[in-house]
Amino acid sequence: MTACAASTDDPAAAFDLDAAWQLDAHVSVRPERFGALLYHFGTRRLSFLKSPELLAVVGSLAGQPTARAACAQAGVPAAELNRYQAALATLAASRLICRRESPC
Amino acid sequence: MLSQPASLVSQFEYGLDAPICLTWELTYACNLSCVHCLSSSGRRDPRELDTAQCLRLIDEFERMQVFYVNIGGGEPTVRPDFWELVDYATAHHVGVKFSTNGIKITPPVAARLAGSDYIDVQISLDGATEEVNDAIRGPGSYRTALRAMGRLADAGFRGFKISVVMTRHNIPQLDAFASIADRFGAQLRLTRLRPSGRGASVWGELHPTAEQQRELYDWLVAHGERVLTGDSFFHLSAYGEPLPGLNLCGAGRVVCLIDPVGDVYACPFAIHESFLAGNVTGAGGFTAVWRESELFAGLRRPQAGGACESCAAFGTCRGGCMAAKFFTGLPLDGPDPECVRGQAEPALATVTADGTPQPSPDHSRRPAPAGGTGAVAGPAEQPAAGPATRPGPVPVTIGRAPVTPTGSGPVAISPRQPPDRACDENPLAGFTMPAE
Repeated sequence: MTACAASTDDPAAAFDLDAAWQLDAHVSVRPERFGALLYHFGTRRLSFLKSPELLAVVGSLAGQPTARAACAQAGVPAAELNRYQAALATLAASRLICRRESPC
Repeated sequence: MLSQPASLVSQFEYGLDAPICLTWELTYACNLSCVHCLSSSGRRDPRELDTAQCLRLIDEFERMQVFYVNIGGGEPTVRPDFWELVDYATAHHVGVKFSTNGIKITPPVAARLAGSDYIDVQISLDGATEEVNDAIRGPGSYRTALRAMGRLADAGFRGFKISVVMTRHNIPQLDAFASIADRFGAQLRLTRLRPSGRGASVWGELHPTAEQQRELYDWLVAHGERVLTGDSFFHLSAYGEPLPGLNLCGAGRVVCLIDPVGDVYACPFAIHESFLAGNVTGAGGFTAVWRESELFAGLRRPQAGGACESCAAFGTCRGGCMAAKFFTGLPLDGPDPECVRGQAEPALATVTADGTPQPSPDHSRRPAPAGGTGAVAGPAEQPAAGPATRPGPVPVTIGRAPVTPTGSGPVAISPRQPPDRACDENPLAGFTMPAE
């Protein structure tokens, strides 16, 4: 399995909203009423997204130049951006999403 | 709004449109005759799903987005189409974890397994020594298992699972099991002896003593970060500090069992007609069984704790395991037979042999005709098709421990949680609920 390297030191602050991100190739996403269930076939861990809005952000990562643009496309209000940054940082720390220029 | 407080546990309790994962037993055929076999396996059932039916079922899993299946049996690898099914599943985005006694793990098979992220392997071992293991699993089974582990390790398969059912005889070997796992670069997985299947007839003599339950609990508290349990010991949380995991019974809510003939049961420990929800070959297939069965609908309704609700420990143990109660003849809304506070002892003392459910179905191999040698009586001597005693629907009581919210944010993951198998019997094992 290929690691998506992610810093574990204060990941929220370290998450680069202005970089290009995507869902890890080993992750399967299942939309649910509450958001989505995620399963990583490499780490064999189950996770989930707590809101459809976050699912929309994750879903648009690969098609947008930056995570910030993905948030904008998903309609995230500016006041909420910090929370989404923290959420994306957690996803990156769990290797559910990874930088697009690195192999997933 | 980002968060919808208190909704996630409810979503699981009230059931999902599709299981997160499920256990799929491919055959009742087995080269072994373990005394505690949950599925009373031995002989193949002539009605077992054929290859085409299995492939259609995998298609259904893919449509439902079942993340993966825990394949077992019987010994699943003795099916001639086993690898075809595994390849088909992984090609269709359905991950596979399979349990085996190791009989078919040749060096080429080990190399192939090591090369896939989508396949995980679990080798069963019920004793850290040949003597203890083979008394449960049969002569030669220890060597077969260790040989398979060696081949997987040699092929570079890191982190395969060594699955141990905890008994009175192997609880003193906990550290020895950990050493074996370390030796092969494997991960230890300890699960509870259930009085299900043939386990019903040996449970009384093999289940851990009260002192051993405490020993096991202490060991799990000390080593929990390295060991998987499939959340199977949540009844021990009544000792105090809860064990890792969500402690939510997923039966019929987020997991189920499909047996070799396509019958769908609420969980792998409840192979009994009382917990039979339907058959995958019926109209609407597995999807209809999962979404529409009356039994599952009942399991997804709010549950009451019955006699246990007045106990101070109810918040952590939630009355224990439904299947363990059922097969020991205890009321489902009362204490677990291994209640650490001894609350089940009065009721257990009143249960008579004819008050406990018999395994159904039973595919145990019939013993060879013997000249009245006083062979051990047990389910193997019962007719495969038992008397038509069909119990009515079971009034089910299951529950979960309350969850302490941690942190905040819209993401429901906890990176610092030990990486448990997120989907064993209970896919929520080792899973920490997100912040609300």
